[in-house]
Amino acid sequence: MYYVRYLLRYLQNEILVLPSRVVVLVFVASLLAFPLLSQDPNLLRMFILTALFSLYAVSWDLLSGYTGQISLGHALFFGLGAYASALLSSHLDLPPYATIPAGAAVATLAGLLVGIPCLRLRRHYLALATLAFPIMLTGLVLAFPGFSGGEGGIWRIARLTTTRVHEYYLIVGVMLGAVFALWRIVGSRVGLIFHSIREDETAARALGINTVRYKLFAFALSGFTAGVAGALYAHSSAARIVAPGVVLSLFMSFQPVIWTIFGGAATIYGPITGVFVLYPLLDTLNVVIPRYRMLVFALLVLLIVRFMPHGLTTWLRDTIERVCPSCRVRNIATRRVCRACSAELRRTQP
Amino acid sequence: MVASILVNGLVYSGVYAMLALGFGLVFGVGRVLNLAHTAFYMVAAYGIFYFASTGFGLPLAVILTTLGVVAVGITLYKLFIEPVREIEATVLIATLAVAVLFQELVLVFFGNEPRHVPPALSGFTQVIGVRVGNQEMVTLVVAALSLIGAWFLLSKTKLGLAIRAAAQDREVANLMGINVNRVTSIVMGLGLLLAALAGIAVAPLFTVEPGMWMNPLVIVLAAVVLGGLGSLKGSLVGSVILAFAEVLVVFLVPGGSYLRTAIALLIMVCVFFIRPEGLFGSSIAEER
Repeated sequence: MYYVRYLLRYLQNEILVLPSRVVVLVFVASLLAFPLLSQDPNLLRMFILTALFSLYAVSWDLLSGYTGQISLGHALFFGLGAYASALLSSHLDLPPYATIPAGAAVATLAGLLVGIPCLRLRRHYLALATLAFPIMLTGLVLAFPGFSGGEGGIWRIARLTTTRVHEYYLIVGVMLGAVFALWRIVGSRVGLIFHSIREDETAARALGINTVRYKLFAFALSGFTAGVAGALYAHSSAARIVAPGVVLSLFMSFQPVIWTIFGGAATIYGPITGVFVLYPLLDTLNVVIPRYRMLVFALLVLLIVRFMPHGLTTWLRDTIERVCPSCRVRNIATRRVCRACSAELRRTQP
Repeated sequence: MVASILVNGLVYSGVYAMLALGFGLVFGVGRVLNLAHTAFYMVAAYGIFYFASTGFGLPLAVILTTLGVVAVGITLYKLFIEPVREIEATVLIATLAVAVLFQELVLVFFGNEPRHVPPALSGFTQVIGVRVGNQEMVTLVVAALSLIGAWFLLSKTKLGLAIRAAAQDREVANLMGINVNRVTSIVMGLGLLLAALAGIAVAPLFTVEPGMWMNPLVIVLAAVVLGGLGSLKGSLVGSVILAFAEVLVVFLVPGGSYLRTAIALLIMVCVFFIRPEGLFGSSIAEER
């Protein structure tokens, strides 16, 4: 009883006061309740992919949004996760609960292996060096078609679960759990250090932070997250085929960048918003106007980044919420005084 | 074999050098990593295909295509890129969106099937006992002339001085009375002009298709960073190295056409292990 009351009070005082927190709550609840309303296989398939790709986008945000190590080759981690688990599954007949951790481990290792040489590179050099890795892996995959399936890819990978609703809950559950864990990580001291590396690495080093260690940690964590997404993708009924033209393509590398910048970089919710807006949109456009879908998509992205250069969620949040000038607590924009310290909130923020 | 490696290598070098020079200039002066750069090359190839098939004369078609590409590019730059120029990641996405936009427009207007442009000059010529296609010669001459022209503009004119100054240090150039924004627009135009000429020059040699911007984009990015961002000499040397690496792999390794981009990028990554700032780049300590 005590815990219920505590929970209710927490809900009232901490969540319902801010529109952004209400949105997150409603979002999670509706995501979990969705299969109760509709079990349309196409919709479920779309949301399974959306959830997978939000995990993928968050992994990019972690490395590039927070730490500022812009990676243009993130498909390497996603593709390695997918390929490792697909190969283990098809060559050794291992079950998904063994291959998915293996795929994630391979991607983590790749994160470290890519991260170590990339420590020497700065900014644009890093972005363009990472661009090279998935293309080199594509070359390898195509060079050994007998082992890797070549251009056609790997077919008939073991399914994750028997029904699609189970799969939906499994993937959405993993996504929400992983995102929550990452959100706690970036909200802690580690996240602060990530920010400091992005803003000024020299200054961070001067403060005694071992930036090398934290950058490698960001690479490994990002690789792990993307690897989990890729491995789940390989086993999900939504994909069921792992081909270099899909999971290692240039477009696959650019997609998380588009989603994250669209949603708002260096926030965990930004990339998720980006995916949940853009991916279903692209899917719907594919049905409604297949001929013009990418055209409309590109135009929309162009207009959004033109008028909200810091991303959709950052813009929305700054519009509906205001930071208290004296105690830095967030308030809904309609309040006159701060909810924590009763300081007067100015109508217009300088 | 050796002759075809040499000729193909030179053609690819010329094309990549034109693209890389424009890309490097735009990055150096405007600090814009323009992922749409090779999309304009693709648009120019389609432009020449369109004008050639509707029966304009060749000179008119070339002029119309170049002017069109430069005008459209400058307009898009002013409308969408310049306002967000300061935010790096956003520029990346905006230029990528422009590239995809062009690809899709071309798909809508011309369809997905590969197109071919009739060569400006057909037939072969004997050069020192080697048969070289006349169209290859034309492409090489166009590349050489544009590169020499760009070099002349950059090193011998007052505008070139302003461009080099802005590339070296934007803020100080601004303080010295150079209108940096105008110089950036001019450089953008110059880069677009080079990309358009490259597209026109290769249209008769390569198949013209909507996805033809992807591979050159990767190679151009690699060439520019291989040479060192901001170093024009570097981007030329980088293009030549990568072009010959690609052609050698295609001709000498079985199944090489799959591996050509991978090998070119492997070279770039190997150079990074030894010199993280590229072949001719300024070292990190000097950079601000």
